[in-house]
Amino acid sequence: MKNLYNYILGIADNSLILGQRLGELCGHGPSLETDIACTNMSLDLLGQVRSYYQYAAKIAGDGRTEDDIAMLRKEREYFNVLLVEQPNTDFGYTMARQFLFDVYHFLMLTELEKSTDLNLSAIAKKSIKEVSYHKRFSSDWIKRLGDGTEESHSRIQTAISDLWTYTDELFHQTEADKAMVAEGVGVDVTKLKDAYYEEVNAVLEEATLSVPESKYFQKGGKQGIHTEHMGYLLADLQYMQRTYPNMEW
Amino acid sequence: MTTTEQHINPKLVKVLESISDPEIPVLSIMDMGVVRSAVIENDIVKIEITPTYSGCPAMDVIGDDIKRAMQKAGYTAEVDLILHPAWTTDWITQRGRKALEDYGIAAPLDEEADKSVLLEGKQLVKCPQCGSTNTKMISQFGSTACKAQFQCNDCQEPFDYFKCLK
Repeated sequence: MKNLYNYILGIADNSLILGQRLGELCGHGPSLETDIACTNMSLDLLGQVRSYYQYAAKIAGDGRTEDDIAMLRKEREYFNVLLVEQPNTDFGYTMARQFLFDVYHFLMLTELEKSTDLNLSAIAKKSIKEVSYHKRFSSDWIKRLGDGTEESHSRIQTAISDLWTYTDELFHQTEADKAMVAEGVGVDVTKLKDAYYEEVNAVLEEATLSVPESKYFQKGGKQGIHTEHMGYLLADLQYMQRTYPNMEW
Repeated sequence: MTTTEQHINPKLVKVLESISDPEIPVLSIMDMGVVRSAVIENDIVKIEITPTYSGCPAMDVIGDDIKRAMQKAGYTAEVDLILHPAWTTDWITQRGRKALEDYGIAAPLDEEADKSVLLEGKQLVKCPQCGSTNTKMISQFGSTACKAQFQCNDCQEPFDYFKCLK
């Protein structure tokens, strides 16, 4: 049960933290349409997260609710990949982060649909419809910015090159992953890697961007070891619950 | 077309049809297709609803509205949220589609049409104001999770298009 619980958190935390990042753009997007799009995607991700955490809370069976799981863990207890916690440096970074995650997210959900765990399979079937819109949106922006002006090209290239170092972690397996794959519940992420880079590289090529050649990759998020940005993000995310414990609305 | 059986006790249909979607008030939750089952067991009404989108904030309100309406009709109701099978725009009834159009929201086309509209810019979405199909997409994301923003090139009116979801 511990493995299943940790496995669900591994998936859900990615969506929670990315959803929080996108939500930061509410009222701050570069244009009305992109502002609405980012917050729409945020809402989709938070909706998916609720289903995962409700399920996790049921498994934990210790009286904790979905809110406790989302709001009251310490930094080391969040298992999201480093990619999703990276800040909204500019719209290029926001779209690069989104694109690099969406391609993975779509591939992962496609496999999770086949899970022998009917709850996870149902959440995946629901989520994948939403994520296909996200992927279309972020891929379009990569092409538009890459194949746009000199300025947009250089900024999206910088963002892609900077965030590239966080892509490999998507395909690392945790102990919970391995246990769940063995039971037919989890997705073997190592098998998604080739398809991922093939798809990402094809979009980058169409966007006239170069594929980064970095051989060094960052990792740690899946073990709870995060980048400096995570603490600030959680301070923001958890502020209300920490300041007014047990508050509800 | 995806068809999945709905189990609705005929006695409850009228009450359920009186409850509207809080974000699109012209549409009843029955026309929206979010009520998947409604049965009476030992004097308790058990209702299953399914969200249009995972993050749809209307679901909590719909659950409360159902309980209130059932109470008024003399029933005690329990509402469960189910995810499977996942909601599709195919479940919006013909009456619902008509209500959407009258309200100024273009009803969802089929998936193939949606793709060509969203990807290649083919003009298939009909303006709910003037009926022209000379329309363009402004953004894939609109005022709620389930809609995209469009504009009519003929009458210039901006409008919402209910995205196809299958």
